[in-house]
Amino acid sequence: MAEPVVALEAVEVDYAKRGRALGPFSLSIAPGEIVALVGPSGCGKSTALRLLAGLEQPTRGTVARTAGRGETSVVFQAPTLAPWMTAVANVALPLELSGVPKALARARAAAALARVGLAGAEEARPAQLSGGMAMRASLARALVTEPRLLLLDEPFAALDEITRRSLADDVLKLWRETRPAIIFVTHNVEEAAYMASRVAVVTRGPGRIAGEVVVPGHLPRLIGFRATPEFREAAEAVSDLLLKGSEMAA
Amino acid sequence: MNRVLDILAPFALITLLLAGWEIACRVTGVPAYFLPAPSDVAVALATDTASLMQAAWNTLSVALISLIIASLVAQAVALLVGLSPLIDRAVRPLASVLQVTPVVAIAPLVLIWAGIDHPERAIVALAVLVAFFPIFSGAVTGLKAADPDLERLFDLYGASRWQRVLRLRLPSAVPFLLEGHKVGAGLAVIGAVVAEFGAGSGGVRGLAWRILDAGNKLQTARMIAALVVLGLMGVVLHALLERAERAGLAWWRGR
Repeated sequence: MAEPVVALEAVEVDYAKRGRALGPFSLSIAPGEIVALVGPSGCGKSTALRLLAGLEQPTRGTVARTAGRGETSVVFQAPTLAPWMTAVANVALPLELSGVPKALARARAAAALARVGLAGAEEARPAQLSGGMAMRASLARALVTEPRLLLLDEPFAALDEITRRSLADDVLKLWRETRPAIIFVTHNVEEAAYMASRVAVVTRGPGRIAGEVVVPGHLPRLIGFRATPEFREAAEAVSDLLLKGSEMAA
Repeated sequence: MNRVLDILAPFALITLLLAGWEIACRVTGVPAYFLPAPSDVAVALATDTASLMQAAWNTLSVALISLIIASLVAQAVALLVGLSPLIDRAVRPLASVLQVTPVVAIAPLVLIWAGIDHPERAIVALAVLVAFFPIFSGAVTGLKAADPDLERLFDLYGASRWQRVLRLRLPSAVPFLLEGHKVGAGLAVIGAVVAEFGAGSGGVRGLAWRILDAGNKLQTARMIAALVVLGLMGVVLHALLERAERAGLAWWRGR
């Protein structure tokens, strides 16, 4: 097996006031793999994501990252676009911050916007975009650096069902182009089973791994995948683990 | 129809109050130096229009100069405070002292420092003191108001301290700066007027000096005329600032 892009080894995170937020927690992601982290609210999923991104250090345990600083991207729950910048300026920001000349950064940003289906919206401000479009722009900003590791923190939580389904398919299609490793945090069981080839279920906080479910089948998903027995069985298995996870903690 | 009523309502009330005042003056025959009738005030306004406008401009220009100075100083200090928590600690108590000390209490001291020949410098300094705080506190709040997830993205992409200030913190502070300048501009006018009263002399012939001067001569109608101009100036300034703030916000948000 190839060297993992990022691996958490028995990490624990304690916060001064809230106490233990996560752990002990171990998770390893291979290059090009799509892993979903599923768990109840407040189980420490977002903390785990910040550890994986290198934005936070664990209290105990080790984080091994082979993806460098410029090779990791994060998409948050909200689009997190700067309201004073146009869509293309928002997407170009990661490139400009790392010293790419402005004209080149803008050109690559425009191409990234086109890839997520936002061609023509370059000069729009975030306030002029719908929720789904803003999330796509946020995705374009994450992809513009061609990351080896893409972290998604409940990116579709605020969107309606139709938009989230089409965005899920788009993320998988975009994944096929450059094959970054993706870690996807969600509390939606079906979304996890649909998006990921491996689903890691997290227990009620402080989060630990309750178990893992491998989802078979082609990625990106073929039409009608949600109706297949493989999908149903994987979703059932994830649900069972979630139930077990919440009992374990209780 | 309702909109017409909405617009007319305040004018109707003003007309009603003025009519009551006029009738009361004529019926009771109260002496004009004590309470002049609105018609006397109107005559004073009409005969003094040119000099009143000049006085209003004197006060307003002092307020505007003070606003510009206060804006530059407040934002520079706020930037230092934003960059260093230690400077923040050091500056905060002093800034609070400035905020809670009434300008009339400092005026005599500042007038001495400015020198007897330069009361206008003292007035500008006092108006700056008053306009400083809202802009400063708006800037400090604004510089800390950036979206925490955007801050994380700047961490992730290895942004330098200056990139963070110029490309994230300052733009995030814009709505707070607009609000701070709106409040600061209003306070600069109040500060200029209060400081003129403190100066008392004819060194700066603004609206406050007109009120003092007419009062010394018991020309009550002229006092009220100057007050009317001061009130109108305040209303117009406030409306313009509201508009400027809204336009600024729309530009910032792109809608």
